[in-house]
Amino acid sequence: MAVAFDEMNIPGGDLRPAYQELARWLKETPPEALEYRRQEAELLFRRIGITFAVYGDSESTERLIPFDVIPRIMSGKEWARLENGLKQRVRALNMFLRDIYHGREILRAEIVPDDLIFQNPVFRPEMNGQQVPHDVYVHIAGIDIVRVDAEDFIVLEDNARTPSGVSYMLENREIMMRLFPDLFARHRVAPVERYPDELLAALRSVAPHGASGEPTVALLTPGVYNSAYYEHSFLADKLGVELVEGRDLIVKNNEVFMRTTEGLKRVDVIYRRVDDDFIDPLTFRPDSVLGVPGLMSAYAAGNITLANAVGTGIADDKAIYSYMPDIVKFYLGEEPILKNVPTWRCRESKDLAYVLDNLSELVVKEVHGSGGYGMLIGPAATKATIEAFREKLKREPEGFIAQPTLALSTCPTCTASGLAPRHVDLRPFVLTGSKSTTIVPGGLTRVALKEGSLVVNSSQGGGTKDTWILDE
Amino acid sequence: MLSRTAENLYWLARYVERAEYLARTIDATLRVTALPAAYIGKTNEWDSALLTAGVAESFYRTHEEANEHNVVDYLSFSADNPSSIRNCIEAARLNSRSVRTALTSEMWDTINSAWIELQAVWSKGTSTREDLAKFLRFVQETSLRFDGSAYRTMLRNDAYWFSRLGLHLERADNTARILDVKYHVLLPEEEHVGGPLDFYQWSSILRSVSALTAYHWVYRETLKPWLVADLLILNGTLPRSLASCYDNLVRNLDQIGVAYGRQGPAQRHARGIRNRLEHSNMNDIFQRGVHEFIQEFIADNSRLGEIITKQYLI
Repeated sequence: MAVAFDEMNIPGGDLRPAYQELARWLKETPPEALEYRRQEAELLFRRIGITFAVYGDSESTERLIPFDVIPRIMSGKEWARLENGLKQRVRALNMFLRDIYHGREILRAEIVPDDLIFQNPVFRPEMNGQQVPHDVYVHIAGIDIVRVDAEDFIVLEDNARTPSGVSYMLENREIMMRLFPDLFARHRVAPVERYPDELLAALRSVAPHGASGEPTVALLTPGVYNSAYYEHSFLADKLGVELVEGRDLIVKNNEVFMRTTEGLKRVDVIYRRVDDDFIDPLTFRPDSVLGVPGLMSAYAAGNITLANAVGTGIADDKAIYSYMPDIVKFYLGEEPILKNVPTWRCRESKDLAYVLDNLSELVVKEVHGSGGYGMLIGPAATKATIEAFREKLKREPEGFIAQPTLALSTCPTCTASGLAPRHVDLRPFVLTGSKSTTIVPGGLTRVALKEGSLVVNSSQGGGTKDTWILDE
Repeated sequence: MLSRTAENLYWLARYVERAEYLARTIDATLRVTALPAAYIGKTNEWDSALLTAGVAESFYRTHEEANEHNVVDYLSFSADNPSSIRNCIEAARLNSRSVRTALTSEMWDTINSAWIELQAVWSKGTSTREDLAKFLRFVQETSLRFDGSAYRTMLRNDAYWFSRLGLHLERADNTARILDVKYHVLLPEEEHVGGPLDFYQWSSILRSVSALTAYHWVYRETLKPWLVADLLILNGTLPRSLASCYDNLVRNLDQIGVAYGRQGPAQRHARGIRNRLEHSNMNDIFQRGVHEFIQEFIADNSRLGEIITKQYLI
């Protein structure tokens, strides 16, 4: 694998401009001071209770995501390009969803094959012909971005269902400002704190037409045992909306109400962090206790807005991913600003043959997987793992895609042996309301803390960094 | 506010109050049992600690006999005892997590820090008396911090009132339970079967509700059992007396009623109990039987809990 692009250091000893001030500061700051701050940060995270749960891990049900105190920095110019690309991508995602659940022009134009939609478990026939307010399906998108050189931004994955991580973007900044006020004084870092305001405005703007002038928004969580529960309560608090569980809601005459100490109160918009499958036991999984019986009929009657809409999984599916550049061109008539990772679709025999021949070079992902589970990283895998995977792949080729192993960019990171480059990705959060699409400058930078590792998922030993966009 | 949020706030306050009460009970029992047997008679104080905590039945299902070692463990750390101090703190934190948005950061910090300390420092229980004393102090300080941060930082709205309802209902229950277990040492002299040895029992009761000093301020007398009973039942100036708890319960329920523009069975029931306390004096209570009076109160108090739940929390 080629040497990764480092976001701070240019081979030969020069620094990229966005990092010059940071480099000076690092030179002045003794390593012990950095270590001391790192410990302080960890203490703060634990005290605030910013934890997440790891499924299948009985030892410690609540864990901290390791936080790296060295910020990841981008120039305003780099950000402007990324921002335009993200807006374009999310516009296309929304138009695609609207089309799939209505006219299906993209299928008739044979840009995306029919069976990828109709045989896909995340396609929701219940949404056929259903009007959603202002045609917005993906109100909150988390687009995972990686870099391999100074020029391009590459989309690794679109998250259009219930993307998480934004609380870390906000908390990381809070903690950095507390720990390193002097470092902030030496940079002009674009603020991220207006995210909750923009989210609330977006959610209120898509209230159903029958809602009152002051629509009531609620955040639906699966409950305290969910891995992202901290984020749910954090956001509800920042938004100033009720944090509800399924059992707090009741559907009557196709309207949704929450049970309050003063009786029932109507809800207009639900920012839901419960997956489609669990959201209404009458429509989807009957064994779900997290959902609200009858919610989908209230939705069909147009009395409630769900954010994100039901059925958005069809847009961020890994099988659909490889068609995204064509999808952008089809709906917007523009060249995509953000690149895709070249992707082999194992469902196509020519691609499959190539993938089977080159397993040790490739990353193979389950089409319906997430969180870094169930994937093969060829260059890092043992022979036996590769062979086992080969059998799985042959049995069910349509369940997989393959991509080259990207040399993800690196950023300086605190390690046991001092500062060292570690691979990073970035998840910016894109908000779409009735009128506009907005992005706060920044996002969640995830960092693979193990030397050489490319897996940034928090469930597998990844950490996070504060992400700075310089306001030049 | 969400019924579930109100319910969580209410139980959160109850758990914290209960944890403190258990810590005080253990503390007071340790003091009594440290005295030579001649001063306290033959009663098994650890047995009555279990009774006042309301867990004697479950304890004896798995234990033969009550002694310092196993009762302290059962009341403080046992995972099998649903209302052990450890489980109260665990439950309080779980409740706090589910209503984080309704708590101030100071309240959350108190509960979360206590939970962290419980795991970091006290996960193996205590091995020495000194350790135990530290642990009990930690529990009492947690409760004080929690109560203080609620008092100092919460908006005075329904969230606050529901949390106070939990606190006062639990407190009334705890005070009544001590009286229920120890009523026999509180009878007026002429009916009393014990002797001067009971002095230590009386002071132990007062200590477990942190009212020993208060007693001297109020009565300016040596300890007299019927005055101890008077203080704990009828004295409106002692925060842990039944009368005082009911003054607060009635006030908090009224505040909720005003805010919601509607009164209900909870307000009426609480007012009924308060009026009965207001119109009682110790003579009548002793005439009718302290034990009966207390048992009736415990039933009435838990009935109020049910009514509040039905009216607001589900």
